[in-house]
Amino acid sequence: MNGQRRVTNARVVRSLDILARQVLPFCGSVVGGFAAPAVPSLSPTNIFAPVSTPAQSIFDLSRFVLMVTGSIFVVVFGLLAYAVVKFRKKRASDGREPAQVYGSMQVELAWTVIPILIVVALFLAAARVIASIQNASPPRNAVEVTVIGHQFWWEYRYPSLNVVTANELHIPVSDTEHPAPTFLTLLSADTDHSFWVPRLAGKTDLIPNHPNSMWVDPHETGLYLGQCAQYCGTQHAKMLLRVYVDSREDFDRWIQEQSGPARVSAAASEGQTIFERTACINCHTVAGTVANGRFGPDLTHLMSRDTIASGAAPNTPENLRRWIQDPGTIKPGSKMPAMGLSGPDLMAVTSYLETLH
Amino acid sequence: MSTQSIAWAKTEVSRRPLVEKLHEWVTTVDHKRLGILYILYALLFLAFGGVEATIIRIQLIRPHNGFVSPQVFNRMFTMHGTTMIFFVAMPILFGFANYLIPLMIGARDMAFPRLNAFSFWMTAFGGLLLYFSFVGGDGLYGAGNAPDVGWFAYAPLTAQTFSRGHSTDFWILSLLVSGFGSVGTAINIIATILCMRCKGMTLGKMPLLVWLNLTMAGLVVLAVSPLTAAQLMLLVDRYLGGHFFDTQAGGSAVIWMHFFWVFGHPEVYVLVIPAFAFASEIIPVFSRKAIFGYPVMVAATICIGFIGMSVWAHHMFTVGMSSAANTFFVLSTMAIAVPTGIKIFNWLATMWGGQIDFKTPMLFCAAFLFQFLVAGLTGVMMSVAPFDWQLGNSYFVVAHFHYVILGGIFFTLFAAFYYWFPKMSGRMYNETLGKLHFWLFLIGFHLTFDFMHIPGILGMPRRIYTYEPGRGWDIWNLIVTVGVFFQAAGVLVFIGNLLWSYWRGKVAGSDPWDAWTLDWSTPSPPPTYNFVTIPEVRSRRPLWDLKHPEDPDWQYE
Repeated sequence: MNGQRRVTNARVVRSLDILARQVLPFCGSVVGGFAAPAVPSLSPTNIFAPVSTPAQSIFDLSRFVLMVTGSIFVVVFGLLAYAVVKFRKKRASDGREPAQVYGSMQVELAWTVIPILIVVALFLAAARVIASIQNASPPRNAVEVTVIGHQFWWEYRYPSLNVVTANELHIPVSDTEHPAPTFLTLLSADTDHSFWVPRLAGKTDLIPNHPNSMWVDPHETGLYLGQCAQYCGTQHAKMLLRVYVDSREDFDRWIQEQSGPARVSAAASEGQTIFERTACINCHTVAGTVANGRFGPDLTHLMSRDTIASGAAPNTPENLRRWIQDPGTIKPGSKMPAMGLSGPDLMAVTSYLETLH
Repeated sequence: MSTQSIAWAKTEVSRRPLVEKLHEWVTTVDHKRLGILYILYALLFLAFGGVEATIIRIQLIRPHNGFVSPQVFNRMFTMHGTTMIFFVAMPILFGFANYLIPLMIGARDMAFPRLNAFSFWMTAFGGLLLYFSFVGGDGLYGAGNAPDVGWFAYAPLTAQTFSRGHSTDFWILSLLVSGFGSVGTAINIIATILCMRCKGMTLGKMPLLVWLNLTMAGLVVLAVSPLTAAQLMLLVDRYLGGHFFDTQAGGSAVIWMHFFWVFGHPEVYVLVIPAFAFASEIIPVFSRKAIFGYPVMVAATICIGFIGMSVWAHHMFTVGMSSAANTFFVLSTMAIAVPTGIKIFNWLATMWGGQIDFKTPMLFCAAFLFQFLVAGLTGVMMSVAPFDWQLGNSYFVVAHFHYVILGGIFFTLFAAFYYWFPKMSGRMYNETLGKLHFWLFLIGFHLTFDFMHIPGILGMPRRIYTYEPGRGWDIWNLIVTVGVFFQAAGVLVFIGNLLWSYWRGKVAGSDPWDAWTLDWSTPSPPPTYNFVTIPEVRSRRPLWDLKHPEDPDWQYE
């Protein structure tokens, strides 16, 4: 019986050797081929359709990781499938126990050392990307934006450009000729949030008392979607992110428009009066008027935004009216109270807000 | 044959009134009865957690669904996570440990039988306390309200400012109470294994299940204590004006994360190591071979235990740690893949050259090997911190850890149920129903959790009660929800099988699997105090030695 044990050992060692020399590299190339093409059309938030350097370097790294883990999967799954098929009990078995093998130090050593080598390779690849993303410092022409997470909306402040806005972030495109990365400082006014626009970069949390930062340099203009990725309370689901990547000219024009005060028209003065006499101004700012609350989104240029309620609804007069009357119908659990305005007052306030371009 | 060579005194069973029987169960200090109590209790909570999961999945079946409100949804995922980890997985594994360890080491009971009972009842009442929140949670503020802060309850959402009423207090207190129970059981397991082994059973001759549970118990002591400390600090914050985690007064939300995950990650190993233990007993018996590389298996387990204590911050790659800290936790996390891989290879080598008999327990173990392989590899993907910046907190993570907990831990648990059911009840389960359960559950599991990876890759974060159409997530969520119903059907077949077999199953006899550890040398079910005479062993497979006197194991070990 002892002799039989040794024979089996030798066979295990030999098959492992074949595995390491021939099967592994083959599987690696097959899986690598599959992981290569990125398909953005699957989803506007596909992590494998990067348009910005951090997302791109994560994607490149992830292809390498998928190739390695895919190869391991193919090999080990192959062994498992082989064992399950080959060593099932035969119907005509004679009832004798199979040869008892207690172990083999050579084999154990092999399947300890090979994984260690794989781990070292993966670790080095990961460490390089961590350093390249986390340790990048802003160049002089970088756009700086402070992102402040609130339950359940986003505040954006451009300190050097004198712009404050909410929920829809505008940043310039960054191409190879005119690199213009955007550096975000991430703060929170209340609970934890997380800024995640998958096609631009990985996520980074916004934590009170714990300023974080991240950067993006999108190479293509367009609208990029995302949403809060750290549970922050009742309406975590509708704390959506919209990042508009503008051409340099569009971005400069947008900054120009946003940095001015509200253009108040006389036609909406009735609505303005009601707005300024009710609780609205405790939470909202309209620059150039007495409304200077900071608890809710800045409304100075409300009509320049495509959506309201942090992306939860399109910015139409109808939705605006519903929102002011009872935010719970669009976003139950929102921190804005139902204003309970009478019909004419509601119309007047809505008309006033509609003038805030 | 060994089993017949030991004579057993037949115990007289007279008909007694139900109240008397119940009283015996409530006041019992017998490790087998407490083990069964743990298991039944956990099965009850499994039903609760399963219903919560089903509600979550029905809500997510399509975008903008209105099955439940966001408030209810948030309570459901909080209660589902808390229930499944603390009141299903832990108690059920403690139950098996309680039942099996004394039998396997040739002892008559645990080292501290009364501590054992105390621990069980602490855990039991902890669970009841948590569920009492449904009627009492909101206190002064109105009707009942379960906790809704998520199972890892990140600060400052748990502060009085954001969590009024008492739902969070119920969460804190129930985990505190059951935490004492867990630590008590862990100490008991350690003492039992170190002090109560029968003659001849040196540490190197213990069954692997015992070794693995020893490691698990050590981890419980190390991991649950910081959680208990953090819960006390949170209570101080909420009621005594402390500011540990109160960010509005300069406290730190990140400190809570560290406290929680210093518990939370070893907790994964607390759950998965006993699952490894089942696989390490069942795979050899159904392959008809000794476990391959016993000393290496023990070393790998202890390695996992130690490294497992140093990987917690891989749950925090996105909270803005320094690049040095991130790099360290990448390395430690990847390192743990090495001993885990060794275990998978050793199980494979155990099957290699065997005569594998695919009875229900072995089917579940084979599926476990496949699923744990996948779970391990998705784990390696997320240990790469930059990849985790994309995958973290997405549905990819949810799929990954359900692959570990359901695909890994629960599949081996089902294997353990079928394997030891004859020992615990004295009856065989129904093999056809067992296989039906396996296939239903396997199909359901893969429908749900294979396809759940995809919305994560497509940018769907976890813990959202609804999602926007047009993100490419709809079809995947539909498939995921459909799978739930297959799983539920599988579990119903399982429960039906247990009930039917308990009353109608064939009588099992003491050793239906022709197995090798001491538990199979006792009658089924074993009598109080297990062994008439304490056995003496010479190898890791004492029953093999008795059955094969011409070729005993002790000649080779």
